[in-house]
Parts: sequence; structure tokens; C-alpha cells
Amino acid sequence: MSKLIVKDLCCQRGYNQLFSDLSFEVSSSNILRITGPNGSGKTSLLKILAGLNASENGTVYLNDFNVNSYEYQQHVFYLGHSQALSSELSVIENLEFLMSLKDTVDRKILTESLVKIGLQGYRDEYCSKLSAGQKRRVILAGLFISNAKVWLLDEPFTALDSEGIRIVEKLIKEHCDAGGICLFTTHQDSALDNQMVLAL
Amino acid sequence: MNIYTQTLKRDLRIAIRNPSSVMNPLLFFVISVSLFPLAISPEPSTLSQIAAGIIWVASMLSVLLSLNTIFHNDFENGVLEQMAISHHSLPLLILSKIISHWILTGIPIILLSPLLGVFLFLDSKATLVLMTTLLLATPSLSLIGSIGASLIVSIKNTGMLLSLLVLPLYIPILIFASSAVSQSQFGLDITGQLYFLAAILVISFMTAPYVSAAAIKISLE
Repeated sequence: MSKLIVKDLCCQRGYNQLFSDLSFEVSSSNILRITGPNGSGKTSLLKILAGLNASENGTVYLNDFNVNSYEYQQHVFYLGHSQALSSELSVIENLEFLMSLKDTVDRKILTESLVKIGLQGYRDEYCSKLSAGQKRRVILAGLFISNAKVWLLDEPFTALDSEGIRIVEKLIKEHCDAGGICLFTTHQDSALDNQMVLAL
Repeated sequence: MNIYTQTLKRDLRIAIRNPSSVMNPLLFFVISVSLFPLAISPEPSTLSQIAAGIIWVASMLSVLLSLNTIFHNDFENGVLEQMAISHHSLPLLILSKIISHWILTGIPIILLSPLLGVFLFLDSKATLVLMTTLLLATPSLSLIGSIGASLIVSIKNTGMLLSLLVLPLYIPILIFASSAVSQSQFGLDITGQLYFLAAILVISFMTAPYVSAAAIKISLE
């Protein structure tokens, strides 16, 4: 049973206070959808939870582990706006490297995840030749393999077609049914059941 | 294979598939050295006296030209972000990237230096010393350069900023390395200079990956 605990979080960017005294808890098997207008601090919040940005004030814990601890980092999968793909490398080479950062590398499983995300036949294609939606699918294929308990997904449905959105929603549901935690931001409607909503 | 070796291998693979990023600084190195005899004098005695300085300045500038390639693309495409949030040591991941930069720029410079030494009438003993100084100091150039590259990685249109940050830190290396070659031409002892270059290498090896990692974390915020 895992629990992500956020207490009194404050975030300031430049002269703007994005949010202050933000507290919430997300337990295993729960989905938290973060909504809000542009510039309200959705990405900043996810970056703080991923340990990329420092907050002005407040604490973030996964069970007893602080956001900067090795154990916390090990259990978090963060997907930002950028695709994290090098155009000089093939799809499988990119995915292999990104997943080796998470210690989960098995070429056979990686290839299977590409098939599941709808990229069969693109395994050895250079990423420079892919469309924006296909690039998004490559990084999302990592979700099939990830052992992380907490998924932090920043606009995961961007550039995806309806089939891609359906696959990702199914993945999120399966992850949470297996006891995982998922926090995601989106401006689109989501068909996911039992999601909690945090409006910034 | 661990993640650090994989990072090194990945960077080398990217460089091989994008050869212009590796070849441009090396071509600059060879072309700039080969222009000096035309501009100054083709006299062997004149050229052999200034050969060490010419080769060292050219190698320093060619390393400077290639520094942007260490982090820039990975910052733009988000790979550095994934490295920063992974549970692996960011300084060691950065060290892997610095080593790949040295393999791609430092080693070719060392291998090309005897050829350019012959071109500038450098005798065999001085050429050997030149190669030794390059072997000791080019890793320091990559390590120190990585600090400058990481500090400006998030800035667009950096212009001369990188040169202004890094060149002053390169000056002691330039002074000691070129003086080692010049002194060896007169049969003088050069152990002091070599020890100094080795000390700079050890200090930069111990500190540069940590400083670069801290700068990258700041840039990613």
C-alpha cells in the first residue's frame, strides 16, 4: 500500500505565485487528474513531485521517502512535455536507453511494448522520421514496462489519436488496478472512471 | 552493461550518425594549424619554435567549438530531464558524456598532432612531449568545458558567452603545456609542467562532473 503525501506546497515562478498551501494525498489504486487554465502551475506541480523543481515551501513524501531520496526516485515515472527522443537513434535504441535509466531493459519486452502501443514495424525506424503522435507513443511505450509505483504524466494525450488515447487510458486503469498511483494533467476530457480531480 | 557505459555508447553512436558535429572542430584544428606557415614564414627554425603554441591554441579552440554538443541536444529533447530524475548518479552520467566528448575530440587531436608536428618541423622528442601534454590536458579541457556548457545550456543565442566563461580557465593549461614542449626543445626538465597538468586533470576530474550536474539541475528548473 503506497501513499503519496503532499503537504503545504508553495510554488512561485518569477513574480507569480502559482499555488500556495497545497496539500493532498493519493493512495494506491487512485488516479488524480490535475486541471486548471494555462499557467496555473500544473506542469510545475508535476515537476516538483518528480523532484525536478524545488518548491518554495512544503514537503512531498512517498510513504516515508522524501522526494529527493533514492527510494522515491526509483518508484516514480515522469513523462514531461518533451519526448526525450534523439532523432539520430532508432525507436528501439531510444526506448532501450530511457528504460535502462529505470533499470528495466529487455529488448524482447521493449519490442512487445511497441506492438502494444501500435508501433509495430517502426522498431528500427529513426525517430526523426516519426510524426509527433508516433514520438509520443514511443515514450508512452515505456509505461508498459515501467515498474514505478507512481506515474506522473504531463499531458499524456497530446498529439495522440483516439485509438492512442484509448490505449493510454487502459494502461492507466490497469496500473491503478494493480495498486499503482497515477497523477496526470490534461485539457481534454478523460473517460477514466473514479478519478479524483485537483483544480489549480 | 551498466547505465554509465550505455550513456557513453549512446553518445558515441549519435556522434557517428551525425559526423559533421565531430568533423567540424577537427577540420578547424587541421586547417588553422596549416595556415600558420603560409601567414608567418615557411622557415623550419621559425616554425619549430612556435609549433607547440600553434598546435595548443588550435586544439583549445577546436575543443571550445565542440563544447556545445555535450549537453545542448539532450537538453532540448528532454533526455537530460530523464537523466536528472533517474535514481542513478547524475554526476556519473555527466562524466560518461564528458568521456564520450573527449573520445570524439581529444583523442583525434592527439592522433593528429604528430602529423601537424612534422608539418611545423617539430623534432621527434618534442612531438612526443606534445602528445604527452595533449594526453594529460585534453581530458581537462573537456571536463572544465563541461562546466561552461552546462551553465549556458538553457540560454538561447549564447554567442561568445561560452568562450568568456571557459577560456580564462584554459589559460593555465595552455601556459604549462606549451612551455613543456618549448623547454623540451632546449633539453630542459619538464616534470614540473607535467605534474601541474596532471594535478589539473585530477582536480577537474573530481569536481567538474559535480559542478556540471548542479548547473544542469538549475537549468532544468
